[in-house]
Amino acid sequence: MTTSTDPTPPNPEDLICAKCDTPLRIGKVLASYMGQTFPVDLPLCPTCGFVYVSEDLAEGRMLKVEQALEDK
Amino acid sequence: MDSDHVRTLEARCVEEHPPACQNACPLHVDARGMLGKIGTGDVAGAFALYARVVPFPAIIGHICDHPCETVCRRGEAGGPVRIAAVERTLVEEAYPSPRPTARRQTKPRRIAIVGAGLSGLTAAADLARKGHRVTVFEADAHPLERLRHDYPEDRLPPSAIAVDLGALDSLGVVIQCRTRITGGSGPRGLETLIDTHDAVVLALGPGVAQDFAPTIHLADNGRIAIDSQSRATSHPKVFGGGFHGALGENYSPIGSVRDGRRAATSIDRFLQGASLTATDAREEAEGSCLYVNITSHAPVPPTEPSNPKAGYTLDEAMAEADRCFPCHCLECTKACAFLSHYRTYPKRAVREIHNNLSIIMGNRKANRMIDSCTLCGLCETVCPTDLAMGDVCLQARQEMVASGHMPASHHDFALRDMADSRSERSAFARHQPGFDQSTLVFFPGCQLAASSPGHVERLYAHLRDRMKGGIGLMVDCCGAPAHWAGQTDLHGEVRAHLHRTWTSLGEPEIVTACASCLSMFRAHMPEIPVRSLWPLLTEIGWPKGAGQGSAGKTLAIHDPCVGRHETEVQRAVRTLARGFDVTLEEISSPELTTCCGFGGLVSFANPEVANAIVDQRAAERSEDYLTYCAMCRDNFARRGKRATHLLDLAFPPTDGSDPAARPDPGFSGRRDSRTRLRIHLLRDIWEEDMTDPEPAWTVIIPDAIRAEMERKLILVDEVTAVIAAAETSGQKIKDAKTGHVIATLRTGPVTTWVEYENTAEGALVHRAYGHRMTVEVPS
Repeated sequence: MTTSTDPTPPNPEDLICAKCDTPLRIGKVLASYMGQTFPVDLPLCPTCGFVYVSEDLAEGRMLKVEQALEDK
Repeated sequence: MDSDHVRTLEARCVEEHPPACQNACPLHVDARGMLGKIGTGDVAGAFALYARVVPFPAIIGHICDHPCETVCRRGEAGGPVRIAAVERTLVEEAYPSPRPTARRQTKPRRIAIVGAGLSGLTAAADLARKGHRVTVFEADAHPLERLRHDYPEDRLPPSAIAVDLGALDSLGVVIQCRTRITGGSGPRGLETLIDTHDAVVLALGPGVAQDFAPTIHLADNGRIAIDSQSRATSHPKVFGGGFHGALGENYSPIGSVRDGRRAATSIDRFLQGASLTATDAREEAEGSCLYVNITSHAPVPPTEPSNPKAGYTLDEAMAEADRCFPCHCLECTKACAFLSHYRTYPKRAVREIHNNLSIIMGNRKANRMIDSCTLCGLCETVCPTDLAMGDVCLQARQEMVASGHMPASHHDFALRDMADSRSERSAFARHQPGFDQSTLVFFPGCQLAASSPGHVERLYAHLRDRMKGGIGLMVDCCGAPAHWAGQTDLHGEVRAHLHRTWTSLGEPEIVTACASCLSMFRAHMPEIPVRSLWPLLTEIGWPKGAGQGSAGKTLAIHDPCVGRHETEVQRAVRTLARGFDVTLEEISSPELTTCCGFGGLVSFANPEVANAIVDQRAAERSEDYLTYCAMCRDNFARRGKRATHLLDLAFPPTDGSDPAARPDPGFSGRRDSRTRLRIHLLRDIWEEDMTDPEPAWTVIIPDAIRAEMERKLILVDEVTAVIAAAETSGQKIKDAKTGHVIATLRTGPVTTWVEYENTAEGALVHRAYGHRMTVEVPS
């Protein structure tokens, strides 16, 4: 579900790190919760390492993993 | 929660006790299940349930003396379900000409049965199914001779006897008719049978048995002395069948079957060298413990068959089966949206909770269920044995917190909100200006302060006006969220803080406007004298002019769940409302009130259940609701139910707006109100130097986004902080296509993301979401 008045979520290919003026690229990232760490590929700024997490990811797969880890 | 405690709790839930019909049936036929299947047209399924325990379904289906009907609870509402008549239709409709097969026994034993009546043939069938070699000796010309004589053909058709004897034949049972067994050691003597067989059943019927006296003991009446439970006789290899129908006894076909079955069960145990007397299902049934709320069922008379001689048609049998309630307790499940959501009842839920707490490795699947109970106390109020699921869930939460297994996301937001309400942004305590002591201290409760701060100001002014000796003010949190979350240590900290504050005010009596605060003080801080505001208001009255514009309203009154037993408060609130010429309707009795979904922090751990709870309550009456708990009012408002707080009646909005339409302020609104209330009061009453907080950034949030943020528990302050940080640091993402900005900030355990657009008026928010995981580029 989106919270936006504009229902179209951002396309990662259109995203630019404002600080470095660099388009985001898919890169290796470590996602961690409750002492568990998982390698994932996410859009990030190749210069400063700023990682983008989309709403779909945060409220979909990421939420499921969080809940699964909390119930371990 | 140790195993003994769990067993004690489980034993108090009666839902799994058998219904009265099953309890009274000598074979414990699941009549409730059977009638349920017939009622839905599942005739084959119903027959399967019946035939699973009844050895001769065609015969018993026609002649059962149905002790079940005597105890049928439908009898108290229109007349007992005619179970026997339904069974007759069932066997006539569904008898599948069964060909039962015997189990393979590696060492089959030889069993002799004397007497081919119902009792002897039941023992024969049961033992043959277990794979033993069974021979039945019958003096008469046919097996079941008595049934052929005692029942006319229209009651017991010969075809029914034939089909059941056919099934017995297919089990390999040999029946030798015209073979009378005598006493002694002749070729057909009992002693010879005993010598040549592994066990013997004497299923002789009602008569005396003098012939066998030298071999086995007789009772005073001349019958074989038989233990009624185990059917054992004085000879270890000999067991007795039934002998109903003489010496003043009523003949019971189903009783005969039971006695034959008991003899067979004992023989099986005897052959395995097991105890005959160990507790088992053969124990005499006592009355059923299953509670059934008969008053909830309207009386319905029995279905009359169109042709009484032929019995019910299938349609008539289905109609009669539908008269079965069926018997269940489920009083709590029917009353509680949480238990009905999980389709459970305490016995099952307690076991599930215990198992959940005991898991060493693997998933704890009941965590969310445990956190979905509002702890409201309704279940124990309606339970025939006062079993409190709330106590079980709360104890489970405390254990989960103690062992580190409480999912952080369930209560984290509520606990942060509690921390805010206790922080210097919101909380304070003062004596009345001009006094250095307080005879009373007003404790409005953090949610009233958050929902309608203006009412707190009006009430405090009124109390100062009417009460003498200095009325202090204590704006704080009672610690209910910590308690409900199972956070024992945190709750202890809150109590210690409240105690210190109370002591610093000179240990005055506390007057609270909040039902939760009242119950928390009473239960957890008994050293602090506390009373409810509402009875006090009936004594001192309202300020002049209060309640204008309320006359003539009709409202349905909703009592807060924590105050279900506070009869003095309930009376006072009704008196106060009627004093404004309001007509009150009761939704339920105050004792049976439900939670608004906030109790037990369910709206945080399981919003779906919380919404179901408040929606269920909201639908009970069409009138606007009258509450005297701020959270109840706001939760009704949040779900679209028009609701008015008693203080809305007393102090209606000065702008003439409709108080029942006042929207839920939401969590951001509540925090903001608490902060502003503290500033206003300290500045206006205590003349302290206070400055209004400056927003960190100008942020515009459309209503739809605000509602979604509320659902996702994202605060306006958090969104503002994200934007302020991004605009200050420049660390943000731009969407080249839309021109939107995307920024993030980790605050506490949550990372918040905001998509926004910088406009001339401020940052216009398009999207907000969050997650608890952290993400970082590997170093």
